[in-house]
Amino acid sequence: MSTDNIIEIHKLTKVFGGVTAVFELDCTIKRGELLGIIGPNGSGKTTLVNLMTGFVKPTSGKILCNGKNITRMAAHKIIQLGIARTFQMVRPFYQLPAFKNMIIPLYSPRVKQMLGGRYGDRDAVALDLLEEVGFERDAYVAYKPAGALPQGYLKRLELAKAIALQPELIILDELFSGLSLAEVASIVPIIEKLRQKGKTIVMIEHRLKELFRIADRIMVLNFGCKIAQGTAEEVMASEEVKNAYLGSER
Amino acid sequence: MKKRKERIDRGIKARSGDIFALSSWREMLYVAGPRLLPVILFLLLPLFLSPYWQRVMISLAVFALLAISWDMLAQSGMISLGQALFFGMGAYLSGIINHAWGIHPFITIPLATVFGGLICTLILLPVLRLRGIYFSMFTLILPLMLVRTIEATKVFGGTEGLSGMSPLPSGWLELYLIIIATLSVLFGFRRLMASDYGLVLKGIRDNDRSVTNAGINIYWFKAQALFLSSAVGAFAGAYMTHVYMFVGMPVFALDYSIMPIASAVVGGVGSFAGAILGASILVPLSELLRGIGGLRIVLYGLCLVIFIVAIPEGIFHYLQRKYQQVERWVDVDR
Repeated sequence: MSTDNIIEIHKLTKVFGGVTAVFELDCTIKRGELLGIIGPNGSGKTTLVNLMTGFVKPTSGKILCNGKNITRMAAHKIIQLGIARTFQMVRPFYQLPAFKNMIIPLYSPRVKQMLGGRYGDRDAVALDLLEEVGFERDAYVAYKPAGALPQGYLKRLELAKAIALQPELIILDELFSGLSLAEVASIVPIIEKLRQKGKTIVMIEHRLKELFRIADRIMVLNFGCKIAQGTAEEVMASEEVKNAYLGSER
Repeated sequence: MKKRKERIDRGIKARSGDIFALSSWREMLYVAGPRLLPVILFLLLPLFLSPYWQRVMISLAVFALLAISWDMLAQSGMISLGQALFFGMGAYLSGIINHAWGIHPFITIPLATVFGGLICTLILLPVLRLRGIYFSMFTLILPLMLVRTIEATKVFGGTEGLSGMSPLPSGWLELYLIIIATLSVLFGFRRLMASDYGLVLKGIRDNDRSVTNAGINIYWFKAQALFLSSAVGAFAGAYMTHVYMFVGMPVFALDYSIMPIASAVVGGVGSFAGAILGASILVPLSELLRGIGGLRIVLYGLCLVIFIVAIPEGIFHYLQRKYQQVERWVDVDR
């Protein structure tokens, strides 16, 4: 078992009633890479993330994290192993100020373990983390209720909540969706900085152009199966991928 | 010309919001006043009351404790319809211990508080995964089941109940102990829910997946909230056992489930102070209406409806807003 792979997935299948969301999927995530996962709507991308983080239990198959079997582990335990994710639908605690939204991840046992018990004031740590994802420190924005923030800031908040957990692997579920080009352009450097720190990143995206610019490797899903993987050029050259997105003439 | 209501925080409120840099007595009183007022009222009022109304005061404190206990659960995302379970569990535990071994109330009450809380938590542990109405239904059914079990199996005195419990040493002690307990729980829980720990509990109510996503075991936190809440309920029950020197099936009655919810809703959910305020209105009101006879419950219900329709946010939240904000009507620009 090589330690180069942070995640290894073997023959993973998930059936919801009569719908097979993920079917006998094999894949590995290498340490330090940025893996992009793409595919048409309903191809099983988010289900795959839910399976990896334990929010949904697989019908069959196996998931290993650093060689450890996490297939049936409770979600909160998997996250304590160093896998953090963001949600596609951001649902912050609307009435709380943005920085107070950071308290809950900072209360996590994972943070206590990584930073060693006492690490000072949670509020101060929260403001530092928010600054890291682009909340201007001296502006009022970090103190505003989360419900009053524009979408771009909500996505950054979601990202900051994942970073707060000091994860090895960060899974970003459609982080760019609903953002303007300028907003995406301002988040990309944050992701690149995370990579320089050695974090492994998985991005699920529909914004292919932006994703292809930063991803090392792309995996394409369709109807719960992997239909292609490789570099952006290789994937886009694949006939099967074109068919999946545009439909085939048959 | 259309007008709209504008609300502006008072200057002192804005300054005292999170940093206490208050320089004058006036400002300090502004912050401390609302906290001191109930303390002073609760501690001084019994001195001017007749023995009958002093008894009402004890009952008021008991319902206030149950309402706080309900509010605690509600703030953690669990809507309970069965506060009578906590109340009855505490009442029977201290009753049984005292009846069997004649142990002093000062020992039986803490024992019943801790073990009552533990037992209730263990009973409800399997349903912590249920959300919303499913959890509520379970809590509603449990006390009813226990009552029928006691009736059918005739354990713990059956329908007659157990009597002859030792009373508390003196009347004044009896009254002031529960008042002090109620105030301590009020301020203790308020502080707890304002801390980061409380934030996690409220987070579970708003979005439990997001809390799980922080690597926090939400069931462990829910169980802790449940224990705190049920221990407070059990304390109220255990206390009542020694005040009445009797424990029987009525301790599982629907009154002990519904009245706390009514108090918390009338007073305002989510502040604990609202729960006490609600109980302070509803319990004496129920006593005042006692002379009316048959229509008592109807009038009582009518009052409840009026409160809820007129001030749906709760009396406490209404007063708090009036205290902290200036309101004025301004023209709407078009």
